[in-house]
Amino acid sequence: MTVDHPEEQPGSGGPDSRPTARRDTRLDPYIGTYAERTHGMTASAVRALFAVANRPEVVSLAGGMPNIADLPLESLGSVIARLIGEHGTRAMQYGAGQGEPLIRAQICEVMAEEGITAHPDDVVVSVGSQQGLALLTQVFCDPGDVILCEAPSYVGALGVFRTYQTQVTHVAMDEDGLDPVALRQAIAACRAAGKKIKFIYTIPNFHNPAGISQPIERRREILEIAKAEQILIVEDNPYGLLGFDGEPTPAIRSLDDQHVVYLGSFSKTFAPGFRVGWILAPHAIKEKLVLAQESATLCPPIFSQYTISAYLQTFDWRGQIKKSRELYRERRDAMLAGLQAHMPPGTTWTRPAGGFFVWLTIPEPLDAEAMLPRAVTARVAYVPGNAFYVDGLGTRHMRLSYCLPTPDEIIEGTRRLAEVMTNELSINAIFSNPGRPRTLHGYEAPGPDQR
Amino acid sequence: MNSPGVLVLAGGLSHEREVSLHSGRRVATALRSQHLDVMESDVDSGLIERLTGAGDIVAFPLLHGEAGEDGSLREVLALLDVPFVGSLASASRIAFDKSIANRVVAAAGVATPVQVALPHEIFRELGASSLVAALGQQVGFPMMVKPSRSGSALGCTRVDSEDQLPAAMVAAYAYGQVAVVETFIEGTEVTVGVVDRGDGPQVLPAVEIRPESGVYDYAARYTPGATRFICPAELDDDVADRAALAALRVHEVLGLADLSRTDLIIDRSGTPVFLETNVAPGMTETSALPLAIEASGGDLGETCAALVENAWKRGIRSPHMPTR
Repeated sequence: MTVDHPEEQPGSGGPDSRPTARRDTRLDPYIGTYAERTHGMTASAVRALFAVANRPEVVSLAGGMPNIADLPLESLGSVIARLIGEHGTRAMQYGAGQGEPLIRAQICEVMAEEGITAHPDDVVVSVGSQQGLALLTQVFCDPGDVILCEAPSYVGALGVFRTYQTQVTHVAMDEDGLDPVALRQAIAACRAAGKKIKFIYTIPNFHNPAGISQPIERRREILEIAKAEQILIVEDNPYGLLGFDGEPTPAIRSLDDQHVVYLGSFSKTFAPGFRVGWILAPHAIKEKLVLAQESATLCPPIFSQYTISAYLQTFDWRGQIKKSRELYRERRDAMLAGLQAHMPPGTTWTRPAGGFFVWLTIPEPLDAEAMLPRAVTARVAYVPGNAFYVDGLGTRHMRLSYCLPTPDEIIEGTRRLAEVMTNELSINAIFSNPGRPRTLHGYEAPGPDQR
Repeated sequence: MNSPGVLVLAGGLSHEREVSLHSGRRVATALRSQHLDVMESDVDSGLIERLTGAGDIVAFPLLHGEAGEDGSLREVLALLDVPFVGSLASASRIAFDKSIANRVVAAAGVATPVQVALPHEIFRELGASSLVAALGQQVGFPMMVKPSRSGSALGCTRVDSEDQLPAAMVAAYAYGQVAVVETFIEGTEVTVGVVDRGDGPQVLPAVEIRPESGVYDYAARYTPGATRFICPAELDDDVADRAALAALRVHEVLGLADLSRTDLIIDRSGTPVFLETNVAPGMTETSALPLAIEASGGDLGETCAALVENAWKRGIRSPHMPTR
């Protein structure tokens, strides 16, 4: 253990306050004992800004918190009271590492909405799908193993992949999501370099952060590549039931049950506070995941599983999801209208057909990361695009979320953001500042080479 | 005399909100260890009501950045007749503005970097390219470009050549109307605290700052373990004395009260060069001032309690009163 080193120093006759011992400290006596993987965990000015973004004066277009204001709270309260009264000793006891049988059967019903046929035995309940992702990475990845991810990709997944010291290789997207040509190239390049690819991580519906969805043909194409190359697909699908138009697109898992691990969640379609998600995996993988889950948590939270199970049994959960879609559609419309009305020329954005996010591409030479403090001063917050890349790319973009604020707040947020951008463009023009060197991808959406 | 309650003010809407909340928590805990009745408050629309309804209290402002250090919150405390720890609004305003503080401190005989301060309108009116070239010639490279009024290292850039200057000017002007361009001083980075418990300002031992990454940026400041702090700084006695005198001179000439922390670079010749001073120094677990208090043989709780007691004895301060 590295410790502070008080060091004797002879008396010097200097100012009265001069002490006799010198302290040489890094203010953390454990600094020499942390694991290699924690060395990258540092304080961040951008993360600190989100402490301001959560204040009510700020319109936060940054967070991805679902809007749960419409949930039937009173009736839920009664259901939970009854649950404790009638089944409290079971609902508050330890449970099965794989998750409770009843909720696993109900999860299969939820997945059937997206065309998935599954058996409850193949479902493992997790502490949010975030923990499912961590278990999968733990089970599959050694340090240095490659995970192929869309460019950009979900910041929480990148964090897990970093923790397990994997190497993320970004793969470009086009307007239909993950680009098959880029995927083939990435696989070939990794293999040529002698690297082990462990899985393709993809978010096919209403992508976080890009707001793009894969049509069914694209899903088939990606699946064919994965099968031909013998690479597992990890399909992360928290938003699939939150589409604004028509029926959900069938999940990739609905097309194949051997090459796909599916991650699902109640966080967006019900409430995130219960922390219940799930993994649907081929049998052999599932067996490993159950063992990993038992050593991680003994069992996922039983009370949460019982509560959600009671919710699914007692309430019209499909009707509730329909209400949520309308709520998010109204907010998506407000955001698109606000962007249309206020954004300076040269700004482009995606038009999501569901989910929570719009991906904005800002004019050169603006830099979304550098601009964030000024935006917060102007009382609007967003997530700079580079949070969604492992390699520092993405500063030409930002993720705007419309899930939580009211439509009026969203429009006001876009107005404030546009004002910050316009002011920043004007200062840049005075100094003819070229900004950071960038190469733009052909398609004005996510791509691995958009700095 | 009864002990007053203490209202620790932390948070606010500046970019340093999180740092301020950490400072507030640490000072509140330290004051509670001295058996004082401590409340913690954010700075929001309910603050005035809390201040007026709180009875006998002393406010301990620990807001960093704008509003906290530019004097505006202190003006409000004075207007509401709330005794408080720290410098008056007028002194804070001067200390917070680097373009003014630099001149005042230089006039008092403390070494300062060569500094040019320019509002961005002048570039708009006169054209940027010739002015940028002149800046390079006058100040020389490497140079530091900073917003004149900024509560943290945000918007500050080291510039090594003329082609980097436009981006640095843009970064600084994004934070305010005036930017300062200063010579970059190579040397040992130290920070020197001054505390006045009611018996006159006392200089604390200098803390030497050695960030592992080489740059004392946000991550180096607030990630435990990312920076080596050496206290007292490894300076020759005469250099240490000069640094102490410089910090004391800055505290006095800017009319600061109760506590301040002055950042200095000890240049190659051993001269302490003034960079900036803080009227609400950080009090987090990775901040320099608490370390310096401990190194002087003091205790953070006792010191903060003494500052509160002194503020209580001093009582209401009109904005028009002398500064101490």
